[in-house]
Amino acid sequence: MQQIINFIIRNKTFLLFLLLFSLSILFTIQSHSYHKSKFINSANFLTGGIYNSINNISSYFNLKSQNQLLAEENKKLRTLLYDSEKAADSVYLDSSKYGSLYKFTTANIIKSSYSLSDNLLTLNKGRNDSIKQDFGVVSSKGIIGIIDKTSDNYATVISVLNTTSQISAQLKKTNHFGTLKWDSNSPELVQLIDIPKIAGTNLKKGDTIITSGRSSIFPKGILIGAVEDFQLDTAENYYEINVKLFNDMTNIEHVYIIENRDKPEITNLSNE
Amino acid sequence: MNNVISINIMRFIVLVLAQVLICNHINFLGYINPYIYILFVILYPLKNNRMLFIFLSFLIGLTIDMFLDSGGINAASSLCIAYARPVILKFSFGMQYEHQTMKFNAVEFGSKFTYIVLMTALHHLILFSLEIFSISRILLVFQKTLFSSIFTIILCVLITIIFSRESK
Repeated sequence: MQQIINFIIRNKTFLLFLLLFSLSILFTIQSHSYHKSKFINSANFLTGGIYNSINNISSYFNLKSQNQLLAEENKKLRTLLYDSEKAADSVYLDSSKYGSLYKFTTANIIKSSYSLSDNLLTLNKGRNDSIKQDFGVVSSKGIIGIIDKTSDNYATVISVLNTTSQISAQLKKTNHFGTLKWDSNSPELVQLIDIPKIAGTNLKKGDTIITSGRSSIFPKGILIGAVEDFQLDTAENYYEINVKLFNDMTNIEHVYIIENRDKPEITNLSNE
Repeated sequence: MNNVISINIMRFIVLVLAQVLICNHINFLGYINPYIYILFVILYPLKNNRMLFIFLSFLIGLTIDMFLDSGGINAASSLCIAYARPVILKFSFGMQYEHQTMKFNAVEFGSKFTYIVLMTALHHLILFSLEIFSISRILLVFQKTLFSSIFTIILCVLITIIFSRESK
């Protein structure tokens, strides 16, 4: 017993080192698996608060470009509105039906990164705005990511530029779908894998990739990007497509959070 | 003594804020960021309580991780350089360090530079291997380590030169 205590006292620095090192490795491994990083995230009171107050100042710097983006979106929505008014005399459009299924909430990105291999963003909306895990996040140009952790006023988002992110996506002109992943090489390109070989006959550079609506996180048809190049994988059964994102992930500020109100029902059904 | 404690507390806060609010947004050439918070570990007083020093290094890494959502990679790497510091000090300063008479402001530039280079390289190597976390992309680890190290070393040397004048 005496010897054990002596050993501990003699090697206390090394033991402390070992303890703290294994703790940090544990945090690292947790952060590499989806939805597991429980303690260390930027959606807490202190880090979220500091990011928020700094963002109040720094958001002025790219006010012009963000305004332009919003104005472009306004223009698009306005055209949509007038088009639907024109069409109203021939076709009955129930616009409230779309709004009842998906609820949109606006939010600002207060912290973003794109140079790591697991990029997470922080938003200034949280549980108090009824934001929960697994809500989708999009901008006016396309998808951004999926909500991961929420605190009272902040939420973290697993960006599409994250090696753990997996989003169901499809080609716009055919219904062939696959999984959207990121190989962490470039913040402009993401990879769409598991597209069946048979889709290759009418695959062209520049084709649009949209969300497939199969995961009940995103509605079908949200823009993702355009085909940059494509090749067969090593087994030659599936295509791997490099997709150039419509979003400039290095410059985003205003985003929308999408809540699918039928999601609990859908998950219940598939769990039964 | 009180002065030393307050200086180190200030250094802790200032370096964390500088790191998360400025240095992580540089993204030079897409992905190169300096990690200047390791100056806290590099410049920590030589006569120290080793346990406390190791714990504080862990804490500053963990604070950075909390801001960057990076799990425990910064905590692990700054902990490692804190633990390895005596060896690196002995290697780069030799006799001067063993006689316990050394002060960072009063050593020659060459050995100080070696010290900073070794600490930075070790830190970045551990940091990026943990961040990328896959052996198949080991070239990317070395590439990131090399470029970020150069950036960090330049900034650290500049900062030590600028702020050492004041304390003389």
